[in-house]
Amino acid sequence: MTTADTPAVTSGRDYAAPLVGLGTFVAFLLVIEAVIRIGWLNRFIVPPPSEIIASFGNLFTEEHIVYRFFFTAGECFIAGVLVTICGIAIGVVMQRYSLLQRACETWVAAFASAPLVLTYPLFMVIFGRNAWTIIMMGFLSALPPVILKTIEGISGTRKVLVNVGRSFKLTPTQQFWKILFPAALPTIFVGIRLGLIFALINVVGTEFLINFGGLGQLINDLAERYDLAGTYAAICFVILVSVLFFMGLEKAERWLRPVA
Amino acid sequence: MAETGRLSQTAVGSPVISPVTLLRTAIILAVLAAWELLAHSGWLYRDVVPSLLSIGRAMGALLTDRNYYFNLGVTAAEILTALAIGGSAGLVVGLVLGANRFLSRAFEPYLYYLGPTPKIIFFPVMIMWFGVGPESKVALGTLSCFFPVALNVAAGMRQIDKVLIRVGRSFRASTWQMVQKIYLPAMRHPIINGIRLGFGFALIGTLLAETKLSNKGIGFLIIQTYSIFDMPAMYAMLIVLFVLAIGANSLIGKLGGLDSIKRS
Repeated sequence: MTTADTPAVTSGRDYAAPLVGLGTFVAFLLVIEAVIRIGWLNRFIVPPPSEIIASFGNLFTEEHIVYRFFFTAGECFIAGVLVTICGIAIGVVMQRYSLLQRACETWVAAFASAPLVLTYPLFMVIFGRNAWTIIMMGFLSALPPVILKTIEGISGTRKVLVNVGRSFKLTPTQQFWKILFPAALPTIFVGIRLGLIFALINVVGTEFLINFGGLGQLINDLAERYDLAGTYAAICFVILVSVLFFMGLEKAERWLRPVA
Repeated sequence: MAETGRLSQTAVGSPVISPVTLLRTAIILAVLAAWELLAHSGWLYRDVVPSLLSIGRAMGALLTDRNYYFNLGVTAAEILTALAIGGSAGLVVGLVLGANRFLSRAFEPYLYYLGPTPKIIFFPVMIMWFGVGPESKVALGTLSCFFPVALNVAAGMRQIDKVLIRVGRSFRASTWQMVQKIYLPAMRHPIINGIRLGFGFALIGTLLAETKLSNKGIGFLIIQTYSIFDMPAMYAMLIVLFVLAIGANSLIGKLGGLDSIKRS
């Protein structure tokens, strides 16, 4: 997005805008700190940023945030593996049979716009209040983009590549693994990236809602204990994790994208 | 779907029911039959998969219940308020960031990376700021829908044809005239797309907040059916909600003419 607009040659002026953004953010925190210390803002509603920063230590020592992070990461990983296998398989089958694709593609698109996360009470009944409910919520929400992008990727394979495969008399299986799948991989990965983002959002969200698991439960716990600074710090930690996750996926996608 | 309809109208002599419709009907019937079989198989705990008849009965009761419409009204009001506040804020921020390259480079990365974070985790903060009433649900819906609208509008603003802007300037249009006559008409599709996405996020944010802490609204009704283990009513509510959400989503797209871009 914005990175695409950045010119190749960097100069002092290129750093001006990011510095202004960062400076504004720091200034905003300082203003909030001052306003709370003066007493214009109730510290029992918004804790001072200094207290939030200080409570990060507690998150590591008392709240076992590292263990909780790995718990959430594990749920996301299982949901990610499931969605990659099932999403690509369904997408390939739908693309292979044109009638099936025409019949079901709009359903998958509609499924993508449905508020699937609201089915979490249903999954709590089916699986109980445990990690499988959370994983299934992540899986379900991540499925439509992977299916749709797999169909798009395979359908968009350049005709010349398919013809090359035919001229070598490749079997349908060879044609798929040697031509179609590698050509579609960058587009499929866009779907997987979107799917994993949705999975992370829904995994953390469901953990918070059903009060079970890793980071989402931690926020709920701290809020119920009215540990304000801890709640804000845990929210900041989740934001940091999701931003880093998002950036990592973007980097992986750029690495997979063919050079124009 | 609309395309298939168009084809069947023009193709003279083609079968009355297209193969796509036939397959769709077959899939729906197969799913319903499998569901009914599962309901009567005893493989799952009783009522986890209720029979279609009991879901149908529950849906009938739901659609004739005045209390349901009251709660639907509450949720709809919360979502629309969230969409109005978050959408307007997103529109203004998107216009400012889209028009100014420096501001975009300074602040847009924050929006871009904060956009895909799970917004429901802000709910405890919203409760502290706005209380346990509908205000906190509206606030969460507003926060959820702000990001997609702002990012779509900013991206749309940058994609406006430079020729149009030059035409406006050559006519010495004022800033307001530029916004009214050039920017907004040229950005209709990104704005509608942003609002459509924003609506989806506002809906999810508001309803999830209702399931967490509320005493009215559709989210509250859904979690109540879970508490009393009224599974047919839960299925009925989810089905109605999905139909309404998908319908509203496609309606916004149709009103904004998004269908016409996809087909062209």
